[in-house]
Amino acid sequence: MSETTAADSIVAIKGLNKRYANGFVALKSIDLEIRRGEIFALLGPNGAGKTTLINIVCGIVNASAGSVTADGYDTVDQFRQARMRIGLVPQELNTDAFETVWATTRFSRGLFGKPANPAHIEKVLRSLSLWDKKDEKILTLSGGMKRRVLIAKALSHEPTILFLDEPTAGVDVELRHDMWEVVHGLREAGVTIILTTHYIEEAEKMADRVGVILNGEIILVEEKAALMRQLGKRQLALQLNEAMQQIPAELTDLPLELSNEGKTLVYTFNAQGESTGVAELLNRLATQRISFHDLKSSESSLEDIFVNIVRNQR
Amino acid sequence: MNWYGVKAIYQFEMARWLRTLGQSLAAPVLSTSLYFIVFGTAIGSRMGDVGGVSYGAFIIPGLMMLSILNESIGNASFGIYFPKWSGTVFEILSAPLSWRELLLGYVGAATTKSMLLGCLILATARLFVPYEIQHPLWMLCFLFLTAVSFSLFGFLIGLWAETWERLQTVPLLLITPLTFLGGAFYSIDMLPPLWQKLTLLNPVLYLISGFRWSFYGIADVHVGISVVMIFLFLLVCLLTARWMIVSGYRLKR
Ligand SMILES: Nc1ncnc2c1ncn2[C@@H]1O[C@H](COP(=O)(O)OP(=O)(O)OP(=O)(O)O)[C@@H](O)[C@H]1O
Ligand SMILES: [Mg+2]
Repeated sequence: MSETTAADSIVAIKGLNKRYANGFVALKSIDLEIRRGEIFALLGPNGAGKTTLINIVCGIVNASAGSVTADGYDTVDQFRQARMRIGLVPQELNTDAFETVWATTRFSRGLFGKPANPAHIEKVLRSLSLWDKKDEKILTLSGGMKRRVLIAKALSHEPTILFLDEPTAGVDVELRHDMWEVVHGLREAGVTIILTTHYIEEAEKMADRVGVILNGEIILVEEKAALMRQLGKRQLALQLNEAMQQIPAELTDLPLELSNEGKTLVYTFNAQGESTGVAELLNRLATQRISFHDLKSSESSLEDIFVNIVRNQR
Repeated sequence: MNWYGVKAIYQFEMARWLRTLGQSLAAPVLSTSLYFIVFGTAIGSRMGDVGGVSYGAFIIPGLMMLSILNESIGNASFGIYFPKWSGTVFEILSAPLSWRELLLGYVGAATTKSMLLGCLILATARLFVPYEIQHPLWMLCFLFLTAVSFSLFGFLIGLWAETWERLQTVPLLLITPLTFLGGAFYSIDMLPPLWQKLTLLNPVLYLISGFRWSFYGIADVHVGISVVMIFLFLLVCLLTARWMIVSGYRLKR
Protein backbone atom coordinates (compact mmCIF):
# COMPACT_ATOMS: atom_id res chain seq x y z
CA MET A 1 0.00 0.00 0.00
CA SER A 2 0.96 3.63 0.06
CA GLU A 3 4.32 4.46 1.58
CA THR A 4 4.31 5.98 5.03
CA THR A 5 6.38 9.12 5.00
CA ALA A 6 8.16 10.45 8.05
CA ALA A 7 5.78 13.38 8.24
CA ASP A 8 2.62 11.45 8.88
CA SER A 9 4.08 8.74 11.09
CA ILE A 10 3.74 9.30 14.82
CA VAL A 11 5.27 6.10 16.17
CA ALA A 12 8.26 4.63 14.38
CA ILE A 13 9.60 1.26 15.45
CA LYS A 14 12.87 0.17 13.90
CA GLY A 15 14.60 -3.17 14.15
CA LEU A 16 13.08 -3.96 17.51
CA ASN A 17 14.24 -7.18 19.15
CA LYS A 18 13.35 -8.62 22.49
CA ARG A 19 15.00 -11.54 24.17
CA TYR A 20 13.69 -12.16 27.68
CA ALA A 21 16.02 -13.08 30.53
CA ASN A 22 15.15 -16.75 30.11
CA GLY A 23 16.44 -16.61 26.53
CA PHE A 24 13.03 -16.57 24.88
CA VAL A 25 12.95 -14.35 21.80
CA ALA A 26 9.59 -12.59 21.87
CA LEU A 27 10.22 -10.04 19.10
CA LYS A 28 12.32 -10.51 16.00
CA SER A 29 13.36 -7.36 14.25
CA ILE A 30 10.06 -5.51 14.21
CA ASP A 31 9.67 -2.54 11.87
CA LEU A 32 6.43 -0.67 12.13
CA GLU A 33 5.15 2.82 11.56
CA ILE A 34 1.92 4.11 13.03
CA ARG A 35 0.33 7.06 11.25
CA ARG A 36 -0.76 10.17 13.01
CA GLY A 37 -4.43 10.09 13.88
CA GLU A 38 -5.18 6.54 12.83
CA ILE A 39 -6.63 3.62 14.69
CA PHE A 40 -4.23 0.75 14.27
CA ALA A 41 -5.27 -2.74 15.27
CA LEU A 42 -2.50 -5.17 16.14
CA LEU A 43 -3.77 -8.69 15.80
CA GLY A 44 -2.11 -11.94 16.66
CA PRO A 45 -2.68 -15.15 18.56
CA ASN A 46 -1.78 -15.57 22.24
CA GLY A 47 1.91 -15.22 22.85
CA ALA A 48 2.59 -13.54 19.50
CA GLY A 49 4.34 -10.61 21.19
CA LYS A 50 1.69 -7.87 21.15
CA THR A 51 2.01 -6.96 24.81
CA THR A 52 5.78 -7.15 24.65
CA LEU A 53 5.82 -4.70 21.76
CA ILE A 54 3.50 -2.26 23.50
CA ASN A 55 5.39 -2.52 26.77
CA ILE A 56 8.65 -1.68 25.08
CA VAL A 57 7.17 1.41 23.48
CA CYS A 58 5.77 2.50 26.84
CA GLY A 59 8.99 1.93 28.78
CA ILE A 60 7.90 -1.05 30.85
CA VAL A 61 10.11 -3.61 29.14
CA ASN A 62 13.66 -2.98 27.93
CA ALA A 63 14.31 -3.66 24.27
CA SER A 64 17.26 -5.91 23.41
CA ALA A 65 17.93 -4.04 20.18
CA GLY A 66 16.31 -1.47 17.97
CA SER A 67 14.70 1.87 18.59
CA VAL A 68 11.31 3.48 18.96
CA THR A 69 10.33 7.10 18.49
CA ALA A 70 7.06 8.66 19.59
CA ASP A 71 6.18 11.93 17.90
CA GLY A 72 9.82 12.16 16.89
CA TYR A 73 11.23 11.60 20.38
CA ASP A 74 13.33 8.55 21.14
CA THR A 75 11.56 6.57 23.84
CA VAL A 76 14.84 5.91 25.67
CA ASP A 77 17.02 8.99 25.18
CA GLN A 78 14.13 11.44 25.23
CA PHE A 79 11.84 9.39 27.39
CA ARG A 80 10.36 12.42 29.06
CA GLN A 81 8.98 14.01 25.91
CA ALA A 82 8.01 10.64 24.48
CA ARG A 83 6.20 9.33 27.54
CA MET A 84 4.26 12.52 28.23
CA ARG A 85 2.49 11.91 24.94
CA ILE A 86 1.66 8.28 25.55
CA GLY A 87 -1.20 6.72 27.45
CA LEU A 88 -1.40 3.00 28.16
CA VAL A 89 -4.27 0.76 29.15
CA PRO A 90 -2.53 -2.45 30.11
CA GLN A 91 -3.84 -5.92 29.53
CA GLU A 92 -3.68 -6.89 33.18
CA LEU A 93 -6.12 -5.32 35.63
CA ASN A 94 -3.49 -3.86 37.93
CA THR A 95 -4.96 -1.15 40.12
CA ASP A 96 -4.41 0.37 43.53
CA ALA A 97 -7.10 -1.42 45.49
CA PHE A 98 -7.34 1.06 48.35
CA GLU A 99 -7.46 4.24 46.33
CA THR A 100 -10.68 5.84 45.18
CA VAL A 101 -11.45 6.16 41.50
CA TRP A 102 -11.05 9.91 41.71
CA ALA A 103 -7.75 9.80 43.60
CA THR A 104 -6.16 7.25 41.31
CA THR A 105 -7.12 9.17 38.17
CA ARG A 106 -5.82 12.40 39.63
CA PHE A 107 -2.63 10.62 40.63
CA SER A 108 -2.03 9.45 37.07
CA ARG A 109 -2.37 12.94 35.70
CA GLY A 110 0.21 14.27 38.15
CA LEU A 111 2.54 11.37 37.49
CA PHE A 112 2.63 12.31 33.82
CA GLY A 113 3.63 15.85 34.64
CA LYS A 114 0.35 17.69 34.20
CA PRO A 115 -1.10 20.22 36.67
CA ALA A 116 -4.34 19.20 38.36
CA ASN A 117 -7.41 19.71 36.23
CA PRO A 118 -10.56 18.50 37.96
CA ALA A 119 -12.72 19.49 34.99
CA HIS A 120 -10.80 17.20 32.68
CA ILE A 121 -10.86 14.31 35.14
CA GLU A 122 -14.59 14.79 35.52
CA LYS A 123 -15.07 14.73 31.78
CA VAL A 124 -13.06 11.53 31.45
CA LEU A 125 -14.90 9.81 34.30
CA ARG A 126 -18.26 10.83 32.90
CA SER A 127 -17.43 9.61 29.42
CA LEU A 128 -16.65 6.20 30.91
CA SER A 129 -19.75 6.16 33.13
CA LEU A 130 -17.54 6.21 36.20
CA TRP A 131 -18.74 9.48 37.64
CA ASP A 132 -21.12 7.98 40.19
CA LYS A 133 -18.32 5.65 41.32
CA LYS A 134 -15.72 8.36 41.74
CA ASP A 135 -15.56 8.13 45.53
CA GLU A 136 -15.52 4.36 45.71
CA LYS A 137 -12.44 2.34 46.43
CA ILE A 138 -11.27 0.43 43.38
CA LEU A 139 -11.31 -2.73 45.47
CA THR A 140 -15.11 -2.62 45.48
CA LEU A 141 -15.47 -2.39 41.70
CA SER A 142 -16.18 -5.21 39.27
CA GLY A 143 -13.63 -6.30 36.68
CA GLY A 144 -15.26 -4.33 33.88
CA MET A 145 -15.35 -1.25 36.07
CA LYS A 146 -11.67 -1.66 36.87
CA ARG A 147 -11.00 -1.76 33.16
CA ARG A 148 -12.79 1.57 32.83
CA VAL A 149 -10.69 2.97 35.65
CA LEU A 150 -7.55 1.95 33.79
CA ILE A 151 -8.82 3.71 30.70
CA ALA A 152 -9.63 6.81 32.74
CA LYS A 153 -6.11 6.78 34.19
CA ALA A 154 -4.60 6.48 30.72
CA LEU A 155 -6.66 9.41 29.47
CA SER A 156 -6.08 11.57 32.53
CA HIS A 157 -3.03 13.31 31.09
CA GLU A 158 -4.50 13.91 27.63
CA PRO A 159 -2.13 11.70 25.67
CA THR A 160 -1.88 12.05 21.90
CA ILE A 161 -0.92 8.40 21.48
CA LEU A 162 -3.03 5.79 23.22
CA PHE A 163 -2.21 2.12 23.56
CA LEU A 164 -5.10 -0.16 24.40
CA ASP A 165 -3.91 -3.67 25.17
CA GLU A 166 -7.03 -5.78 24.89
CA PRO A 167 -9.32 -3.10 26.26
CA THR A 168 -12.44 -5.17 25.78
CA ALA A 169 -11.27 -8.47 27.26
CA GLY A 170 -13.86 -9.62 29.76
CA VAL A 171 -16.08 -6.64 29.11
CA ASP A 172 -19.81 -6.82 28.52
CA VAL A 173 -21.53 -5.74 25.32
CA GLU A 174 -22.67 -2.43 26.68
CA LEU A 175 -19.26 -1.37 27.90
CA ARG A 176 -17.76 -2.50 24.65
CA HIS A 177 -20.05 -0.15 22.80
CA ASP A 178 -19.26 2.65 25.26
CA MET A 179 -15.62 2.00 24.67
CA TRP A 180 -15.93 2.11 20.92
CA GLU A 181 -17.66 5.43 21.29
CA VAL A 182 -14.90 6.76 23.53
CA VAL A 183 -12.28 5.54 21.09
CA HIS A 184 -14.03 7.16 18.15
CA GLY A 185 -14.36 10.38 20.09
CA LEU A 186 -10.63 10.33 20.81
CA ARG A 187 -9.86 9.71 17.20
CA GLU A 188 -12.02 12.65 16.22
CA ALA A 189 -9.97 14.70 18.65
CA GLY A 190 -6.83 13.63 16.82
CA VAL A 191 -5.53 10.95 19.18
CA THR A 192 -3.64 8.11 17.56
CA ILE A 193 -4.83 4.75 18.85
CA ILE A 194 -3.07 1.43 18.80
CA LEU A 195 -5.12 -1.46 20.07
CA THR A 196 -4.83 -5.18 20.36
CA THR A 197 -7.84 -7.38 20.50
CA HIS A 198 -8.93 -10.94 20.07
CA TYR A 199 -12.37 -9.83 18.91
CA ILE A 200 -11.64 -9.37 15.28
CA GLU A 201 -15.01 -7.86 14.54
CA GLU A 202 -13.84 -5.08 16.81
CA ALA A 203 -10.81 -4.42 14.63
CA GLU A 204 -13.00 -4.68 11.59
CA LYS A 205 -15.34 -2.08 12.97
CA MET A 206 -12.79 0.36 14.33
CA ALA A 207 -9.43 0.10 12.67
CA ASP A 208 -8.08 2.10 9.79
CA ARG A 209 -5.16 -0.24 9.42
CA VAL A 210 -4.44 -3.72 10.63
CA GLY A 211 -1.15 -5.35 11.50
CA VAL A 212 -0.74 -9.05 12.12
CA ILE A 213 2.00 -10.29 14.40
CA LEU A 214 2.92 -13.92 14.66
CA ASN A 215 5.75 -15.49 16.66
CA GLY A 216 7.34 -12.11 17.20
CA GLU A 217 7.26 -11.04 13.57
CA ILE A 218 5.00 -8.59 11.81
CA ILE A 219 3.74 -10.56 8.85
CA LEU A 220 1.31 -8.06 7.43
CA VAL A 221 0.38 -4.40 7.69
CA GLU A 222 -2.46 -3.22 5.52
CA GLU A 223 -5.29 -0.75 5.23
CA LYS A 224 -8.26 -2.57 6.56
CA ALA A 225 -10.43 -1.69 3.58
CA ALA A 226 -7.79 -2.83 1.10
CA LEU A 227 -7.21 -6.00 3.05
CA MET A 228 -10.87 -6.83 3.00
CA ARG A 229 -10.99 -6.08 -0.70
CA GLN A 230 -7.93 -8.10 -1.60
CA LEU A 231 -8.35 -11.04 0.64
CA GLY A 232 -12.04 -10.90 1.32
CA LYS A 233 -14.23 -13.17 -0.74
CA ARG A 234 -17.86 -12.89 -1.54
CA GLN A 235 -20.09 -15.83 -2.03
CA LEU A 236 -23.43 -16.32 -3.62
CA ALA A 237 -25.36 -19.32 -2.35
CA LEU A 238 -28.23 -20.60 -4.47
CA GLN A 239 -30.83 -22.90 -2.93
CA LEU A 240 -31.57 -25.32 -5.76
CA ASN A 241 -35.01 -26.72 -6.42
CA GLU A 242 -33.50 -30.09 -7.29
CA ALA A 243 -30.37 -31.42 -5.64
CA MET A 244 -27.38 -32.07 -7.91
CA GLN A 245 -24.87 -34.90 -7.76
CA GLN A 246 -22.17 -32.87 -9.41
CA ILE A 247 -21.55 -29.65 -11.24
CA PRO A 248 -22.61 -30.01 -14.88
CA ALA A 249 -19.65 -30.25 -17.25
CA GLU A 250 -20.78 -27.07 -19.02
CA LEU A 251 -20.25 -25.06 -15.86
CA THR A 252 -16.94 -26.43 -14.58
CA ASP A 253 -15.08 -23.34 -15.81
CA LEU A 254 -16.85 -21.32 -13.10
CA PRO A 255 -15.79 -21.20 -9.42
CA LEU A 256 -18.71 -23.28 -8.24
CA GLU A 257 -19.06 -25.72 -5.41
CA LEU A 258 -21.85 -27.88 -4.13
CA SER A 259 -22.75 -28.08 -0.51
CA ASN A 260 -25.62 -29.09 1.73
CA GLU A 261 -25.90 -32.51 -0.01
CA GLY A 262 -26.09 -30.93 -3.42
CA LYS A 263 -28.99 -28.69 -2.54
CA THR A 264 -26.90 -25.52 -2.42
CA LEU A 265 -24.73 -24.20 -5.21
CA VAL A 266 -22.05 -21.81 -3.99
CA TYR A 267 -20.44 -19.29 -6.31
CA THR A 268 -17.30 -17.63 -4.95
CA PHE A 269 -15.98 -14.45 -6.45
CA ASN A 270 -13.44 -11.82 -5.65
CA ALA A 271 -14.84 -8.91 -3.75
CA GLN A 272 -12.41 -6.61 -5.51
CA GLY A 273 -13.45 -7.34 -9.08
CA GLU A 274 -15.41 -4.82 -11.10
CA SER A 275 -17.47 -7.45 -12.85
CA THR A 276 -18.59 -10.05 -10.43
CA GLY A 277 -19.76 -12.44 -13.11
CA VAL A 278 -23.05 -12.91 -11.33
CA ALA A 279 -25.08 -11.89 -14.40
CA GLU A 280 -23.24 -14.39 -16.55
CA LEU A 281 -23.70 -17.07 -13.96
CA LEU A 282 -27.43 -16.55 -13.80
CA ASN A 283 -27.66 -16.59 -17.62
CA ARG A 284 -25.79 -19.82 -17.88
CA LEU A 285 -27.80 -21.44 -15.10
CA ALA A 286 -30.96 -20.51 -17.04
CA THR A 287 -29.53 -22.03 -20.20
CA GLN A 288 -28.82 -25.23 -18.24
CA ARG A 289 -32.35 -25.06 -16.85
CA ILE A 290 -31.10 -25.11 -13.30
CA SER A 291 -33.66 -23.38 -11.13
CA PHE A 292 -33.42 -22.15 -7.57
CA HIS A 293 -35.86 -20.79 -5.04
CA ASP A 294 -33.58 -18.58 -2.94
CA LEU A 295 -30.25 -16.89 -3.10
CA LYS A 296 -28.04 -15.30 -0.49
CA SER A 297 -24.81 -13.39 -0.85
CA SER A 298 -22.22 -13.17 1.92
CA GLU A 299 -18.87 -11.54 2.50
CA SER A 300 -15.99 -13.00 4.41
CA SER A 301 -15.18 -11.12 7.60
CA LEU A 302 -11.82 -9.88 8.79
CA GLU A 303 -11.93 -12.82 11.11
CA ASP A 304 -11.96 -15.31 8.23
CA ILE A 305 -9.13 -13.40 6.62
CA PHE A 306 -7.14 -13.36 9.82
CA VAL A 307 -7.64 -17.04 10.48
CA ASN A 308 -6.53 -17.78 6.93
CA ILE A 309 -3.40 -15.68 7.19
CA VAL A 310 -2.37 -17.20 10.48
CA ARG A 311 -3.09 -20.72 9.26
CA ASN A 312 -1.10 -20.22 6.07
CA GLN A 313 1.90 -18.93 7.97
CA ARG A 314 2.07 -21.86 10.33
CA MET B 1 11.95 18.37 36.30
CA ASN B 2 8.58 16.69 36.49
CA TRP B 3 7.52 18.31 39.78
CA TYR B 4 3.91 17.29 39.34
CA GLY B 5 5.07 13.70 39.15
CA VAL B 6 7.18 14.06 42.29
CA LYS B 7 4.24 15.61 44.08
CA ALA B 8 1.89 12.86 42.93
CA ILE B 9 4.15 10.14 44.33
CA TYR B 10 4.87 12.07 47.50
CA GLN B 11 1.19 12.66 48.19
CA PHE B 12 0.32 9.08 47.34
CA GLU B 13 2.87 7.80 49.84
CA MET B 14 1.79 10.24 52.53
CA ALA B 15 -1.87 9.35 52.00
CA ARG B 16 -1.03 5.68 52.39
CA TRP B 17 0.68 6.49 55.67
CA LEU B 18 -2.19 8.64 56.91
CA ARG B 19 -4.68 5.88 56.20
CA THR B 20 -2.87 3.72 58.73
CA LEU B 21 -1.70 6.54 60.94
CA GLY B 22 -2.52 4.72 64.16
CA GLN B 23 -0.39 1.78 63.22
CA SER B 24 2.29 3.93 61.64
CA LEU B 25 2.85 6.00 64.75
CA ALA B 26 1.46 4.05 67.68
CA ALA B 27 3.60 0.96 67.19
CA PRO B 28 7.01 2.68 67.22
CA VAL B 29 5.98 5.07 69.97
CA LEU B 30 4.73 2.20 72.08
CA SER B 31 7.84 0.11 71.62
CA THR B 32 10.08 3.07 72.36
CA SER B 33 8.09 3.79 75.50
CA LEU B 34 8.61 0.21 76.59
CA TYR B 35 12.35 0.58 76.11
CA PHE B 36 12.32 3.72 78.21
CA ILE B 37 10.33 2.07 80.94
CA VAL B 38 12.52 -1.03 81.03
CA PHE B 39 15.99 0.36 80.30
CA GLY B 40 15.59 4.00 81.16
CA THR B 41 13.57 3.88 84.31
CA ALA B 42 13.69 0.37 85.78
CA ILE B 43 17.24 -0.69 84.95
CA GLY B 44 18.62 2.80 84.41
CA SER B 45 17.93 3.81 87.96
CA ARG B 46 20.40 1.15 89.10
CA MET B 47 23.05 2.08 86.54
CA GLY B 48 25.56 4.83 87.00
CA ASP B 49 25.86 7.80 84.68
CA VAL B 50 27.57 7.32 81.34
CA GLY B 51 29.91 10.16 80.44
CA GLY B 52 28.16 12.36 82.95
CA VAL B 53 24.70 11.67 81.56
CA SER B 54 22.04 9.60 83.32
CA TYR B 55 21.55 6.22 81.69
CA GLY B 56 17.93 6.97 80.81
CA ALA B 57 18.95 10.09 78.93
CA PHE B 58 22.00 8.35 77.45
CA ILE B 59 19.89 5.84 75.54
CA ILE B 60 17.49 8.39 74.00
CA PRO B 61 19.55 9.02 70.84
CA GLY B 62 20.11 5.30 70.31
CA LEU B 63 16.45 4.49 70.74
CA MET B 64 15.46 7.20 68.33
CA MET B 65 17.91 5.83 65.82
CA LEU B 66 16.57 2.34 66.26
CA SER B 67 13.04 3.49 65.44
CA ILE B 68 14.04 5.81 62.64
CA LEU B 69 16.16 3.18 60.95
CA ASN B 70 13.40 0.61 61.14
CA GLU B 71 10.71 3.00 60.00
CA SER B 72 12.73 4.50 57.17
CA ILE B 73 13.60 1.12 55.79
CA GLY B 74 10.17 -0.38 56.37
CA ASN B 75 8.34 2.52 54.82
CA ALA B 76 10.49 3.14 51.80
CA SER B 77 10.95 -0.52 50.97
CA PHE B 78 7.21 -1.16 51.14
CA GLY B 79 6.52 1.94 49.07
CA ILE B 80 8.27 0.55 46.00
CA TYR B 81 7.91 -3.16 46.66
CA PHE B 82 4.12 -3.04 46.86
CA PRO B 83 3.55 -1.65 43.35
CA LYS B 84 6.07 -4.16 42.03
CA TRP B 85 4.15 -6.93 43.71
CA SER B 86 0.67 -5.73 42.75
CA GLY B 87 1.64 -4.81 39.18
CA THR B 88 0.72 -1.15 39.44
CA VAL B 89 4.39 -0.32 38.94
CA PHE B 90 3.67 -0.41 35.21
CA GLU B 91 2.32 3.11 35.52
CA ILE B 92 5.37 4.40 37.37
CA LEU B 93 7.62 2.85 34.73
CA SER B 94 5.63 4.31 31.86
CA ALA B 95 5.54 7.80 33.40
CA PRO B 96 7.96 10.55 32.39
CA LEU B 97 9.99 10.29 35.60
CA SER B 98 13.76 10.20 35.88
CA TRP B 99 15.58 8.38 38.67
CA ARG B 100 15.88 11.69 40.53
CA GLU B 101 12.16 12.30 40.51
CA LEU B 102 11.34 8.77 41.54
CA LEU B 103 13.71 9.04 44.47
CA LEU B 104 12.49 12.50 45.47
CA GLY B 105 8.92 11.22 45.60
CA TYR B 106 9.44 7.92 47.37
CA VAL B 107 12.44 8.68 49.53
CA GLY B 108 11.18 12.19 50.25
CA ALA B 109 7.93 10.83 51.63
CA ALA B 110 9.66 8.16 53.71
CA THR B 111 12.06 10.77 55.07
CA THR B 112 9.20 13.04 56.09
CA LYS B 113 7.51 10.24 57.94
CA SER B 114 10.70 9.25 59.74
CA MET B 115 11.41 12.83 60.79
CA LEU B 116 7.91 13.20 62.18
CA LEU B 117 8.27 9.94 63.99
CA GLY B 118 11.64 11.00 65.40
CA CYS B 119 10.13 14.18 66.82
CA LEU B 120 7.26 12.24 68.30
CA ILE B 121 9.65 9.86 70.04
CA LEU B 122 11.64 12.75 71.36
CA ALA B 123 8.46 14.17 72.85
CA THR B 124 7.51 10.78 74.29
CA ALA B 125 10.93 10.45 75.90
CA ARG B 126 10.25 13.67 77.75
CA LEU B 127 7.55 11.86 79.68
CA PHE B 128 10.08 9.40 81.07
CA VAL B 129 13.42 11.14 81.39
CA PRO B 130 14.62 14.71 81.50
CA TYR B 131 17.21 15.55 78.86
CA GLU B 132 18.70 18.53 77.13
CA ILE B 133 19.94 19.02 73.60
CA GLN B 134 23.26 20.84 73.35
CA HIS B 135 23.34 21.23 69.58
CA PRO B 136 19.72 21.27 68.36
CA LEU B 137 20.63 22.21 64.78
CA TRP B 138 23.12 19.40 64.54
CA MET B 139 20.54 17.11 66.05
CA LEU B 140 18.11 18.00 63.26
CA CYS B 141 20.86 17.56 60.69
CA PHE B 142 21.69 14.09 61.95
CA LEU B 143 18.03 13.22 62.14
CA PHE B 144 17.53 14.35 58.57
CA LEU B 145 20.64 12.67 57.19
CA THR B 146 19.81 9.43 58.89
CA ALA B 147 16.22 9.52 57.71
CA VAL B 148 17.26 10.26 54.12
CA SER B 149 20.03 7.74 53.87
CA PHE B 150 18.09 4.89 55.44
CA SER B 151 14.95 5.68 53.49
CA LEU B 152 17.11 5.46 50.41
CA PHE B 153 18.58 2.21 51.67
CA GLY B 154 15.04 0.92 52.27
CA PHE B 155 14.06 1.94 48.76
CA LEU B 156 16.96 -0.13 47.46
CA ILE B 157 15.80 -3.13 49.46
CA GLY B 158 12.30 -2.70 48.05
CA LEU B 159 13.68 -2.54 44.53
CA TRP B 160 15.86 -5.56 45.08
CA ALA B 161 13.41 -7.79 46.97
CA GLU B 162 11.41 -10.27 44.97
CA THR B 163 9.50 -11.84 47.84
CA TRP B 164 7.86 -10.56 50.99
CA GLU B 165 10.21 -12.69 53.07
CA ARG B 166 13.25 -10.94 51.73
CA LEU B 167 11.63 -7.58 52.21
CA GLN B 168 11.20 -8.32 55.89
CA THR B 169 14.29 -10.32 56.72
CA VAL B 170 16.81 -7.70 55.67
CA PRO B 171 15.77 -5.12 58.25
CA LEU B 172 15.31 -7.84 60.81
CA LEU B 173 18.61 -9.61 60.26
CA LEU B 174 20.71 -6.58 59.51
CA ILE B 175 19.41 -3.45 61.11
CA THR B 176 18.28 -4.65 64.51
CA PRO B 177 21.60 -6.33 65.38
CA LEU B 178 23.64 -3.48 63.95
CA THR B 179 21.71 -0.98 66.02
CA PHE B 180 21.93 -2.99 69.21
CA LEU B 181 25.63 -3.59 68.69
CA GLY B 182 26.21 -0.05 67.49
CA GLY B 183 26.07 1.42 70.96
CA ALA B 184 22.39 2.19 71.32
CA PHE B 185 22.51 1.04 74.93
CA TYR B 186 26.15 1.49 75.87
CA SER B 187 29.23 3.48 75.14
CA ILE B 188 31.78 1.38 73.28
CA ASP B 189 34.51 2.04 75.83
CA MET B 190 32.50 -0.25 78.09
CA LEU B 191 33.52 -3.07 75.73
CA PRO B 192 36.70 -5.18 75.72
CA PRO B 193 39.34 -3.77 73.28
CA LEU B 194 38.79 -6.39 70.56
CA TRP B 195 35.06 -5.66 70.47
CA GLN B 196 35.76 -1.96 70.39
CA LYS B 197 37.77 -2.51 67.20
CA LEU B 198 35.10 -4.72 65.63
CA THR B 199 32.38 -2.25 66.50
CA LEU B 200 34.15 0.37 64.45
CA LEU B 201 33.17 -1.64 61.36
CA ASN B 202 29.52 -1.10 62.19
CA PRO B 203 28.16 1.86 60.23
CA VAL B 204 25.31 2.41 62.65
CA LEU B 205 27.82 3.20 65.39
CA TYR B 206 28.74 6.41 63.58
CA LEU B 207 25.13 7.45 63.35
CA ILE B 208 24.38 6.87 66.99
CA SER B 209 27.63 8.39 68.14
CA GLY B 210 27.14 11.54 66.12
CA PHE B 211 23.54 11.82 67.13
CA ARG B 212 24.39 11.41 70.78
CA TRP B 213 27.07 14.04 70.46
CA SER B 214 24.43 16.52 69.27
CA PHE B 215 22.50 15.82 72.46
CA TYR B 216 25.16 15.62 75.14
CA GLY B 217 28.47 16.48 73.54
CA ILE B 218 29.78 12.96 74.21
CA ALA B 219 30.75 10.65 71.38
CA ASP B 220 32.41 7.30 70.72
CA VAL B 221 34.04 8.59 67.54
CA HIS B 222 34.73 12.11 66.44
CA VAL B 223 31.60 13.80 65.12
CA GLY B 224 33.37 14.74 61.90
CA ILE B 225 33.96 11.06 61.17
CA SER B 226 30.27 10.43 61.81
CA VAL B 227 29.26 13.04 59.27
CA VAL B 228 31.70 11.73 56.66
CA MET B 229 30.50 8.16 57.18
CA ILE B 230 26.86 9.12 56.76
CA PHE B 231 27.62 11.01 53.56
CA LEU B 232 29.61 8.07 52.25
CA PHE B 233 26.74 5.73 52.97
CA LEU B 234 24.31 8.15 51.33
CA LEU B 235 26.50 8.41 48.26
CA VAL B 236 26.83 4.65 47.85
CA CYS B 237 23.05 4.23 48.17
CA LEU B 238 22.42 7.05 45.72
CA LEU B 239 24.73 5.62 43.08
CA THR B 240 23.26 2.16 43.50
CA ALA B 241 19.71 3.52 43.26
CA ARG B 242 20.54 5.45 40.14
CA TRP B 243 22.04 2.41 38.52
CA MET B 244 19.10 0.20 39.47
CA ILE B 245 16.47 2.61 38.19
CA VAL B 246 18.24 3.59 34.98
CA SER B 247 19.06 0.01 34.03
CA GLY B 248 15.67 -1.23 35.18
CA TYR B 249 17.27 -3.92 37.32
CA ARG B 250 14.46 -5.92 38.93
CA LEU B 251 12.02 -3.32 37.66
CA LYS B 252 11.80 -3.90 33.95
CA ARG B 253 11.79 -7.22 32.23
N1 LIG C 1 8.90 -11.97 31.44
C1 LIG C 1 8.93 -12.89 30.48
N2 LIG C 1 9.92 -13.79 30.45
C2 LIG C 1 9.97 -14.72 29.47
N3 LIG C 1 9.09 -14.82 28.47
C3 LIG C 1 8.09 -13.95 28.44
C4 LIG C 1 7.95 -12.94 29.43
N4 LIG C 1 6.86 -12.21 29.15
C5 LIG C 1 6.34 -12.74 28.03
N5 LIG C 1 7.07 -13.79 27.59
C6 LIG C 1 6.82 -14.60 26.40
O1 LIG C 1 6.86 -13.77 25.27
C7 LIG C 1 5.87 -14.15 24.32
C8 LIG C 1 5.03 -12.97 23.94
O2 LIG C 1 4.27 -12.57 25.06
P1 LIG C 1 3.24 -11.40 24.96
O3 LIG C 1 2.68 -11.20 26.31
O4 LIG C 1 3.88 -10.24 24.31
O5 LIG C 1 2.13 -12.01 24.00
P2 LIG C 1 0.76 -11.42 23.51
O6 LIG C 1 0.81 -11.36 22.03
O7 LIG C 1 0.45 -10.17 24.23
O8 LIG C 1 -0.26 -12.56 23.96
P3 LIG C 1 -1.74 -12.48 24.53
O9 LIG C 1 -2.63 -12.39 23.35
O10 LIG C 1 -1.90 -13.77 25.24
O11 LIG C 1 -1.81 -11.32 25.43
C9 LIG C 1 5.08 -15.28 24.97
O12 LIG C 1 5.53 -16.49 24.44
C10 LIG C 1 5.44 -15.19 26.43
O13 LIG C 1 5.45 -16.46 27.02
MG1 LIG D 1 -0.92 -9.58 25.53
